[in-house]
Amino acid sequence: MPANPDRGAIDVRGVSKIFGSGADRVAALDDVSVVICENEFFTLLGPSGCGKTTLLRLIAGFDFPTYGQILLHGQDIAPLPPFKRPVNTVFQSYALFPHMTVAQNIGFGLEMLGKPKDEVTARVDQMLKLVKMEALKNRKTSQISGGQQQRVALARALAPQPKVLLLDEPLSALDYKLRKEMQIELKRLQHETGITFIFVTHDQEEALTMSDRIAVMSQGKILQVGTPWDIYDKPSERFVADFIGETNFLTAKVEPAEGGKANATLSSGKTIAATVAENLVPSGEATIVVRPEHARVVKGEGHLPGVIDNIVYFGTDTNIHVRLDGGGAFIVRQQNTRSAGSGFELGEHVGILIADDAAQVLKD
Amino acid sequence: MTTAAEIAARAERDDIRKRWLLSTPALVIIFLAGIGPLLVVVLYSFLTPGPYGDVKWEFSTDAWVGVFLQRDIFDDTLGIADAHLSIFLRSVRLSFATTILTLLFGFPTAYFIATRPERTQALWLFVITIPFWTNLLIRTFAVQEVIRNEGILNTALIWLGVTSTPIQILYTDWAIGIGMVYVYLPLMVLPLYASMEKLDFRLVEAGYDLYATRFQVLRRIIIPLVKPGIIAGSILVFIPSLGAYVTPRVLGGGKQMMLGNLIELQFGAGRNWPLGAALALTLTVIVTVALLFYVRYAAHSEQRHG
Amino acid sequence: MARSNFAIKRQPGFATIAIFCFALLYLPIVTLVVYAFNEGNSVAIWQGFSLRWFRQAWNNQQVLEASIRSVQIASVAAVVATIAATMAALATTRTKPYRGLTFKYAFINQPLMIPEIVTAVALLIVFARIKVATGYSGLGYLIAAHTAFCIPFAYLPIRARLESMDLTLETAAADLYATPWKTFTRITLPLLWPGIIAGLMLAFVISLDDVVITEFVKSGGQDTLPTYMLGQLRRVVTPEMNAISTVFLLISILIVTLFFFISRRRT
Repeated sequence: MPANPDRGAIDVRGVSKIFGSGADRVAALDDVSVVICENEFFTLLGPSGCGKTTLLRLIAGFDFPTYGQILLHGQDIAPLPPFKRPVNTVFQSYALFPHMTVAQNIGFGLEMLGKPKDEVTARVDQMLKLVKMEALKNRKTSQISGGQQQRVALARALAPQPKVLLLDEPLSALDYKLRKEMQIELKRLQHETGITFIFVTHDQEEALTMSDRIAVMSQGKILQVGTPWDIYDKPSERFVADFIGETNFLTAKVEPAEGGKANATLSSGKTIAATVAENLVPSGEATIVVRPEHARVVKGEGHLPGVIDNIVYFGTDTNIHVRLDGGGAFIVRQQNTRSAGSGFELGEHVGILIADDAAQVLKD
Repeated sequence: MTTAAEIAARAERDDIRKRWLLSTPALVIIFLAGIGPLLVVVLYSFLTPGPYGDVKWEFSTDAWVGVFLQRDIFDDTLGIADAHLSIFLRSVRLSFATTILTLLFGFPTAYFIATRPERTQALWLFVITIPFWTNLLIRTFAVQEVIRNEGILNTALIWLGVTSTPIQILYTDWAIGIGMVYVYLPLMVLPLYASMEKLDFRLVEAGYDLYATRFQVLRRIIIPLVKPGIIAGSILVFIPSLGAYVTPRVLGGGKQMMLGNLIELQFGAGRNWPLGAALALTLTVIVTVALLFYVRYAAHSEQRHG
Repeated sequence: MARSNFAIKRQPGFATIAIFCFALLYLPIVTLVVYAFNEGNSVAIWQGFSLRWFRQAWNNQQVLEASIRSVQIASVAAVVATIAATMAALATTRTKPYRGLTFKYAFINQPLMIPEIVTAVALLIVFARIKVATGYSGLGYLIAAHTAFCIPFAYLPIRARLESMDLTLETAAADLYATPWKTFTRITLPLLWPGIIAGLMLAFVISLDDVVITEFVKSGGQDTLPTYMLGQLRRVVTPEMNAISTVFLLISILIVTLFFFISRRRT
């Protein structure tokens, strides 16, 4: 099922969460507004302490906002206690009940909702099948592996068929390989159930692979909301560009061009075509960003001349670090071809060629 | 319409009210059969003794004066109450001796347990805990049987030819001392063990690496690191020693009194309840001071070690 | 030849002192138990194996009555104290500090901080007046006194258990539509249960063992087993006392062993 952009499943309006008082006052969330669509895999991405988990807890009802409203399909749920919200959570620590079996854990929510016994049993079996855990239904939760606990936690949260599923860094306790598997599994589950997923993570790669849309957060604010492609290729702020992937920052003189684009004149005097962050009319000095893989190192001048500082090989790619003649550094990533070197040497004088529209003008 | 913030504030108020309600039964019981009666003791210490025990409702500070001083029967002058003073001194002396002896025996014992392999450690700990939880009176009685004139200690000594007649240990200060060391030893070992268990033996290794001898490692590394345990153990032994009642009664035979027995005496044959109350409060004050000293030390050391 | 490693943890003489201490700790207890089975009436000279002192103790009406009284008091006091302590533990853990929290800690632990003899005379004074005023002189006084000093002991393991419990389990229950009451009965209470049992057993043993407070609070004819024994110790002691002590010891050890296993059991 594709995301339905017309209907907001969760509508966060001007929400602030303030902890402490007086001198210790800390705004964990500072006037945050965002609309999360129905059937969407939505990710809150940011470093620890950025407020992403706080926002999740407010949606779940574990905390109440200091200001603002949280609407679920148009109804304000901010004052409701968690047990009255059709929203379920997969906890970072899974929080499986240790005194219950796998099946009892999964059935708990339905039982609390007062569903008849046979309906609970049927639904539990269905969920066990969905997460491929039928064989272990009568095990205690302490007798299964971390990955299996993860699946049970998912099944337990999905069983009551919530309107929205909240996932608080659910993959962070798993090792690399299992994490990769679960990423695909989660996508599949979201697709099959058609439930809105709100996923919290600090792992940018995870966010880019899984999400329909991402909100990048820092210091209690949402800086940018967009598709993974938007976020990666068209960051609007320095923090977003810096937090996601490797980036080169350059200073340039910019002026508007046709089609909402800009012409950027680099320190070398060369001009390149650049895209522009939303709602921005470029003029004067500005920061532009270029992803390392969107540039090439060439013999000769290119757009920016410099000297090769370092060549770092890592399997699929090689990073070439160039010290620019006009000051500053620039990293170019080039894909490796079989059995060939980078074609360049340390200390070699080279030029950097930036692809058309590869540069993005930032807001600041 | 109420906002979420108001609801949160109300939830917090409700939570605190609920918490007060939940603690009420415990607080009431302890007040009725603990703190309340203690306040009555304060009141009684300022009254006049009744002729057959109990009190007359007349204000008097005689009881407090009587804790350390006594009025001469003939010329009404005040002098030091020698009997009280000697009991006070015996209590303090015996409590100190008990603390030091339990420390001397308890330290190596706790160290021994803490350095056992993890699997046997629990077993050793269990072995030391068993006497701790068995009845104090029975343990005192067991000591009494061992040290009495016809007990197995004297029987053994005579059989070995060390002495021809039994050595009188029972009903002496020695008996009380032996009994208290025996009874309170686990109280010293347990907190010592608790702090030794956390001891990082890589520090000991570092000590040896830097040319320290075994004794220097003990004195300069191990003892300073387990100091909180030493203090805790000492306080835990000193406080009940000072207020001991059963051990001196059974092993001191009513002649060698300690503070606890002196207090009892005022409520029995002494028929001076106000003096008994004043003595009890004096004991409470000493114990409280020792506890406060410990709490401040604990808070201080916690601060230092984060 | 293989060289032995340098023993980092060894301190000369420590093991010897430790073994000596363990031996000394158990010597009197073992002696006490052994002479309970003595044929003769000496507690030092072995005159052959016999169960006669156990039989004598069993047929001693006073011992039987005192034992029953001890168990009665301990049962009621331990149950009431454990309920009060469980409620108090729920009220004083897993919260940010609030006004009165420290006060509650101090209050609950008060019986541990005051010497028993002081509490004993305080209760003597107050209960003596109440006895005169009301004319009631039943076991209620002893039960009340025992309940009060059992509370901090019951509180200890329950609080420890609560503090080691994962708060997100309850959050998860609330997330899965459990009301606060359901969360308590389905999640909190089952997980807390081992702590409550441990607290109950500890309180029971503490009440069973008490001498000082009971000695001062009891009315005539209300001897518990420990106060009966205290009274007997003034006379010439026969191995009957050893026999009583042995049974008493056995029961305590049994409960403590159970306590040990329950409080160690993980969820």
